[in-house]
Amino acid sequence: MNWIESFRDKEIVENLLKKIEYHILPDKEYKIMEICGTHTVSISRSGLRYILPKSVRLISGPGCPVCVTAQGEIDAVFELLKNNKNLTIAVYGDLIRVPGSDGKSLLDYRGNGYKVKIIHSVLDILKYAQHSNDEIVFVSIGFETTTPQTAFLILEAFKKDINNLSILVFNKTMPEVIDVLLSDENLQIDGFLCPGHVSAVTGDELYLPMVRRGKAAAISGFEPVDVLYGILSIIEQVNNKEFKIVNNYKRVVKGEKNKVAFELINNVFEPSDAIWRGIGLIKNSGLKIKKGYQQYDAIKRYGIKFPDYSEKKGCRCGDVLKGYITPDECELFGVVCTADNPYGPCMVSSEGTCAAYYQFGGRFE
Amino acid sequence: MSDIVNIALGGGGKQFQKFLKDIILNYLGNDILNRLGDASYINLSGEISYSTDSFIIDPEFFRGGDIGKLAVYGTCNDLVVSGAKPEYLSLSFIVSEGYRYDKLERIVQSIKEASIDVGVKIVAGDTKVIPRLEREQILINTSGLGKVIKKLNDYNNIRVGDMVIFTSDIARHGISILLEREGVEHNIESDCGNLWNIFSKLDYKYIKFARDATRGGVAAVLNEISNMSGLGFEIDEKLINIDERVKYFCEFFGYDPLQIANEGLAVIVVDSSGVDSIMGILKSLNMGKNASVVGTVIEDKKVMLNTYIGGRRYVEMPYGEILPRIC
Repeated sequence: MNWIESFRDKEIVENLLKKIEYHILPDKEYKIMEICGTHTVSISRSGLRYILPKSVRLISGPGCPVCVTAQGEIDAVFELLKNNKNLTIAVYGDLIRVPGSDGKSLLDYRGNGYKVKIIHSVLDILKYAQHSNDEIVFVSIGFETTTPQTAFLILEAFKKDINNLSILVFNKTMPEVIDVLLSDENLQIDGFLCPGHVSAVTGDELYLPMVRRGKAAAISGFEPVDVLYGILSIIEQVNNKEFKIVNNYKRVVKGEKNKVAFELINNVFEPSDAIWRGIGLIKNSGLKIKKGYQQYDAIKRYGIKFPDYSEKKGCRCGDVLKGYITPDECELFGVVCTADNPYGPCMVSSEGTCAAYYQFGGRFE
Repeated sequence: MSDIVNIALGGGGKQFQKFLKDIILNYLGNDILNRLGDASYINLSGEISYSTDSFIIDPEFFRGGDIGKLAVYGTCNDLVVSGAKPEYLSLSFIVSEGYRYDKLERIVQSIKEASIDVGVKIVAGDTKVIPRLEREQILINTSGLGKVIKKLNDYNNIRVGDMVIFTSDIARHGISILLEREGVEHNIESDCGNLWNIFSKLDYKYIKFARDATRGGVAAVLNEISNMSGLGFEIDEKLINIDERVKYFCEFFGYDPLQIANEGLAVIVVDSSGVDSIMGILKSLNMGKNASVVGTVIEDKKVMLNTYIGGRRYVEMPYGEILPRIC
């Protein structure tokens, strides 16, 4: 058995399920939020909802970077392209299908002759910028795990004196949105499945507010065994009313902040307010480029103005993101909003809760 | 002759004559093509099957094949899974200015080898040159005629309880190309291959339906069959063969291997009474050595996957463009 396989071993999974069944209290519903899109995909892809006891409800939180990007910001990207025909827009793959308010996506724009490039890493952009005369705008989205790469890109561009590149920074930070979730009285969450790779950057401290407010927290990897083990830890904490940050991902995460990553981020960025789709404005939950690197700020370079709306009419992605409803409770789900013709962002991104439900199914009840 | 293609090649003059003689006829010549008529005369009796496909791929040369091999096998495989033995092919090139003749010659040589492998004759063709776009490129179209052995394209033949076989391990072609494109060092060969090698041995016995799982992978094929037949599939993740290296790279990029393209794999729906016989033959063939029975046809019009941990999920029709995930 190799390294990956052991975290997908059916026997271990069955044993963990037995333990979970043993520990759950008869009249209690356990509401567990996974905040990270990678967890959402992993849970759906392995069909975990189907084998978990019914009283364990998994709710997907605001951890898909595409999903939380405001519609106004998405529309501003299209406006930028339309006003600058020679511009090249570089994006991570997940953004390319996100529809603007008029229903058109970057794929449609590319078909109409606009220059849109899908990149796997910021190194692709560096290479492209160095060998091309095109003006390039990188639309940067993501949380603590992807922000250091964007910071690295800006620093490298600065060092190498690359001038045909600027960045539209839509990056967001986790602590503030976690705080918003925790302060929401309507939100009945017992515990959080915390993303292991985010912890690898932020350290455990990110999750301290959770346990302080009486919520369970388990740092978990992304394989089925990791996720089940995390769920088990949360159930135990809830039953014993002893809330602590349990790290089940010690093979990767040590609990400390990644100093190198934070230095990169702090060198280049400073906090700013950000609008989260479906949630609204959250103070200091976004990032903007610091003074010394402002030549790389696409907002300044192109005088970009953002429309102030954050979502489309009728779309309940916000309620999905906060875990108020499951995707199939939205009236648009599967009718107006499908994987082929996504209406809201949660259906567009492969990490989106609605896309995961649509693609892989829910509980099959 | 210059070492690169220029616009004069498409003009039908001296340049073209030389290309025709030195490259096309030199490698692909046969009694029918050599007559060089505006159209060819061929003899085919009985029911025939006809298919066409166009090929564009970046990079044109990859581990396990190239665009030439792909252009022959691609169209022939469509005939083969429709129950026909490939007999004749047409071959058209659209080449951009600046394309190197030595590359073109390598492609034609590869077309020769592949057509000998299948046993098809190239009997018609055309070459056009277009202005150079972003980079020099080649597009190939082939169309093929095959002699029908057993008409397989009937969704009504499929019944609940029939079994589903993948004739090989999945996702090798797509991942090999992707790694090549990304400049990642690897040793994964595309499965680009001739399905006639398999179906001629199986002799279409017990087979009710077949389709090659190219773009969109096995996920697209299973969904297509489900949509058209009104039935569904229940397949088992642990029964699907996948090369360890391919699995690794799928994990790394966040791709679902069920959605990744193959070029030498057929999904076949068979009468359950014939499974052992078919698997026996497949396992004895080089192309079929990783074949496996992956599931059954069910009443419910959905493609259901039993995951390796005992969970369940749908397998949806892929969107069209396979996109890498962010983190």
